Amino acid sequence: MKIISVIKQVPDAEARIRATPTGIDLDGVTFVIDGMDEYGVEQSLRLREGGLDTELISLALGPKRFEEAIRTSLAMGSDRAIHIETDEALDPITQAKVLASIIQEEGAELVFVGGKEADWDSAALGPAIAEALGWPHSDWTTRLEINDTSLSVTHDSDEGSETLTLPLPAVITTQQGLNEPRYPTLPNIMKAKRKELKKLTLADVGSPSGKTQVLKQEIQTKSRLNKVVQGDAADAAKELARLLHEEAKAI
Amino acid sequence: MILVIAEHSNGSLKKSALELLSAAKSLSEKLGGEVVAALLGQDLSGAASELAKYVNKVIAVEDAALADVRAEPYTTVLTNLAKELEAKAVLVSASKSGLSYSARVAMRLDAPLLEDVTSLDVEGGQVIASRFSYLARVTETVKALALPIVISVKPNIFPVAEASASGTVDKKAADLAASDDRVKVGEKAAAKTGRVALDEADIIVTGGRGVGSAEGFTKLVEPLADALSAGIGATRAVVDAGWRPYSEQVGQTGKTVAPGVYIALGVSGAVQHLSGMNRSKIIVAINKDADAPIFKVADYGIVGDVNEVVPALKEAVSSL
Ligand SMILES: Cc1cc2nc3c(=O)[nH]c(=O)nc-3n(C[C@H](O)[C@H](O)[C@H](O)COP(=O)(O)OP(=O)(O)OC[C@H]3O[C@@H](n4cnc5c(N)ncnc54)[C@H](O)[C@@H]3O)c2cc1C
Ligand SMILES: Cc1cc2nc3c(=O)[nH]c(=O)nc-3n(C[C@H](O)[C@H](O)[C@H](O)COP(=O)(O)OP(=O)(O)OC[C@H]3O[C@@H](n4cnc5c(N)ncnc54)[C@H](O)[C@@H]3O)c2cc1C
Repeated sequence: MKIISVIKQVPDAEARIRATPTGIDLDGVTFVIDGMDEYGVEQSLRLREGGLDTELISLALGPKRFEEAIRTSLAMGSDRAIHIETDEALDPITQAKVLASIIQEEGAELVFVGGKEADWDSAALGPAIAEALGWPHSDWTTRLEINDTSLSVTHDSDEGSETLTLPLPAVITTQQGLNEPRYPTLPNIMKAKRKELKKLTLADVGSPSGKTQVLKQEIQTKSRLNKVVQGDAADAAKELARLLHEEAKAI
Repeated sequence: MILVIAEHSNGSLKKSALELLSAAKSLSEKLGGEVVAALLGQDLSGAASELAKYVNKVIAVEDAALADVRAEPYTTVLTNLAKELEAKAVLVSASKSGLSYSARVAMRLDAPLLEDVTSLDVEGGQVIASRFSYLARVTETVKALALPIVISVKPNIFPVAEASASGTVDKKAADLAASDDRVKVGEKAAAKTGRVALDEADIIVTGGRGVGSAEGFTKLVEPLADALSAGIGATRAVVDAGWRPYSEQVGQTGKTVAPGVYIALGVSGAVQHLSGMNRSKIIVAINKDADAPIFKVADYGIVGDVNEVVPALKEAVSSL
């Protein structure tokens, strides 16, 4: 059985992002594999360690710099990778079509996708890939077990959480709690450099055009009052309550 | 026309349904066409007549297979309705389930998706939306290049619609495919809380590691939240320590909230936490470390020990 993990590379959460008149400037920013994608890679490794006979493939669609994140997934333990290299910022629906075509070609039966991307703040990719493939999916998944031809999962719902069973093939989007991703060891980082990384271009997948266009990006800079209320605990608390009530009219 | 999917919980409308209706109304004024609201589920007569007070046309799709919110049956019903009514836009709440099935609907309609939007406009017949990106550090403006479009709308941003209609309710069959039933729901665990839901709360009191322990929440956070009729939030450090349930976590991997007032107690203000709350109208921080990053995004702050300040604050707000 083949398992595919979709990988993205995103700015480190602590990175300072700058806005320019033409959009976000990511120059000098540290990039990392999206933490939500690591949950997927880790889960696929655990399935294999649990006895499942499987090949683990990392799949990415993005600019050249994504290679680093792909290598991280290989260093964690994936067997090989496919990178569709493009500088175009395609919307998640268009990306999902491209990724689905590769997943189909590979004949994978289980696909992990990060629950929410840390660059676009998008949760659409996983469900959209499932739809493109005509497969079921589980979103915001916090527990996963495989039983022959079906999956038993727990996922976050609007009201709390629920368990689901779904037949394979299927798409799983990840959520915090699914597992604790491992750190790649030095020998595995060295080994990863020799693993297969197949490159494709958008032309190889039909040169799709996007459905949305980003017109503008700005850093959120809502100015805050930054008022520090002075005094001992009782006085400061009283003054804070007064400010919230009278000045902010918020309570 | 504009198709709105009205969320409900066991037949009572959610606030997001009324927010979607006001978003849809202003969109329809610019895009043309009427607003139609769809309700999916079981035993919908109560919710349908309630909804008809806000919109002229309600379509109720009742089917046992729609009792739980599952992405595939929802997708089938919504794409069928969108095609049949020739919808220009399908509006869904950006709840956990809404984010999920809206992506499938967009794919099945081969339509652009505008996700988790905070404002909507129309220029030259094309829909333009604002949304957050980069862990809510960035606001981006996105244009959809075609119609129809699917839009998921961020909760707690748009005003609620006013009850000024006396609409009609039509019933429609779900017309599901066999494969729509392949995901089976087993046990459900409701996030246990007798309090206002985090994503609907107008005031949120969040405790961080500085609260000290699970008992610290009972002793400090809960009484203040009760005095303010507020929801309770937590940082990941607190959830990882097992002091509070994951359902209360605010941040990148938890909930994104934007209440009128967000009160952070013993929270350092890590970026992953800020990304879940930095859109709150007013932010209050109480922390013993004057250099804690949370003060950078705070409107009001007290540098002090939560064990002393919080009980005093509870007394002070109770006597307002
Ligand atoms: C409400 C608000 C949100 C901002 N959000 C970001 C942001 O997401 N990314 C960014 O690079 N700059 C952010 N900034 C910083 C902003 O873009 C300017 O660069 C900054 O106000 C001036 O920088 P400074 O170093 O002179 O001031 P400082 O007072 O040193 O800047 C504020 C510090 O707090 C951090 N910060 C403040 N608010 C946030 C936030 N909501 N989310 C994450 N970090 C925050 C900034 O990264 C910076 O370290 C934010 C500023 C404000 C007032
Ligand atoms: C991929 C990823 C995702 C993450 N997602 C999230 C997320 O969704 N939500 C989230 O919250 N975090 C998230 N984190 C974790 C985040 O980086 C921080 O570790 C976390 O937010 C810290 O929580 P805290 O503020 O409670 O604890 P700390 O950072 O330990 O801060 C405790 C604060 O309490 C103060 N304090 C201590 N004692 C007292 C006292 N007696 N009185 C007053 N103040 C006191 C201290 O001065 C300190 O500022 C994520 C991290 C990663 C890597």
